[in-house]
Amino acid sequence: MEYILIIISAIFINNVVLAQFLGICPFLGVSNKVNTALGMSGAVTFVIVLATMVTYLIQTYVLNKLGIGFMQTITFILVIAALVQMVEIILKKVSQPLYQALGIFLPLITTNCAVLGVAILVIKKEYNLLEGVIYAASTAIGFGLALIILAGIREQLELADIPKGMKGVPVSLVIAGILALAFMGFTGIVK
Amino acid sequence: MNQMQNFTKGFIRENPILVLILGTCPTLATTSSSLNGMGMGIATTFVLVGSNVVVSLLSNVIPDKVRIPAFIVIIASFVTIVDLLMQAYVPGLYVKLGIFIPLIVVNCIVLGRAEAFASKNSVFSSLIDGLGMGLGFTMALGVLGAIREIIGSGAIFGYKFIKGDGILVFILAPGAFIALGYLIALINRIKRN
Repeated sequence: MEYILIIISAIFINNVVLAQFLGICPFLGVSNKVNTALGMSGAVTFVIVLATMVTYLIQTYVLNKLGIGFMQTITFILVIAALVQMVEIILKKVSQPLYQALGIFLPLITTNCAVLGVAILVIKKEYNLLEGVIYAASTAIGFGLALIILAGIREQLELADIPKGMKGVPVSLVIAGILALAFMGFTGIVK
Repeated sequence: MNQMQNFTKGFIRENPILVLILGTCPTLATTSSSLNGMGMGIATTFVLVGSNVVVSLLSNVIPDKVRIPAFIVIIASFVTIVDLLMQAYVPGLYVKLGIFIPLIVVNCIVLGRAEAFASKNSVFSSLIDGLGMGLGFTMALGVLGAIREIIGSGAIFGYKFIKGDGILVFILAPGAFIALGYLIALINRIKRN
């Protein structure tokens, strides 16, 4: 039951993009087409789950043991950057189709604040490893959901007549606002 | 380019938020009031100035191939300094800004200025650039925070001047997206004329 609560809360109620404002850059940047949005969400899911596991283990067995918790920011960002690089190299060797599907998105993920954000939040919320991984995976699904919905709407928007100044980022932000309004309807499902 | 132009370019012409559209996450998350927004802006300015100066000092020493990881370590060190300082001296604001203080490290503005400006220019120009960009960021956050605060709760800088409740949704998440969207549209419109 506890796990279901974490999943529903992370996907719908505290949606990572629409309620917590993490990962807005890729949210605005790669939401032109549904296909790219799918690729990006796949890559993000992969990296977020992996990064959360690794940073959790480092925090518990290295930083806390040595009493240097304040090194968290520096350690985590370096681990994430190295991890993304490593995933890219391994994917290229092991699975060419997967690399072609996710490859171009991987370098962008280092600066996706959702990855570092989730890693820090898992430590802050004092989850155990399993809860942390479940939280990370459902956050990533929530990110994918928001990204794909926005991409779907923006594909339709190409046909619409928008005032010049509103084109591009401003109109996407307003749509995201309306989406956030819709997601606020989920508040209260979980007490 | 003289130093004055270098200083003021971040205010409007190359404003990191409203024109370059960088660092949107902290912009949306911390502007529920003008004071929170400006607090975040000042913290980021400190990191920007510090990292710009150190990057430009070390730019001849850092090998080209590992420059990005090196920049990230420099930035992360300054973020840790800000994090600890704010925890000690402004605990109220620290709690409100929460996770977005450590997240300054992935703010594209900071790495962007290190890579695009500080690694190629003198220490003094980099200092001015960091200060100007940081102030531009702080101003944009302050303006967005003020707009949301006025519409959302009828107050500015915490002083209430309209009786009753405002349109609460502007303090909440949806209002952030919508207010920033229209603010950028307004700047686009002004720039075109």
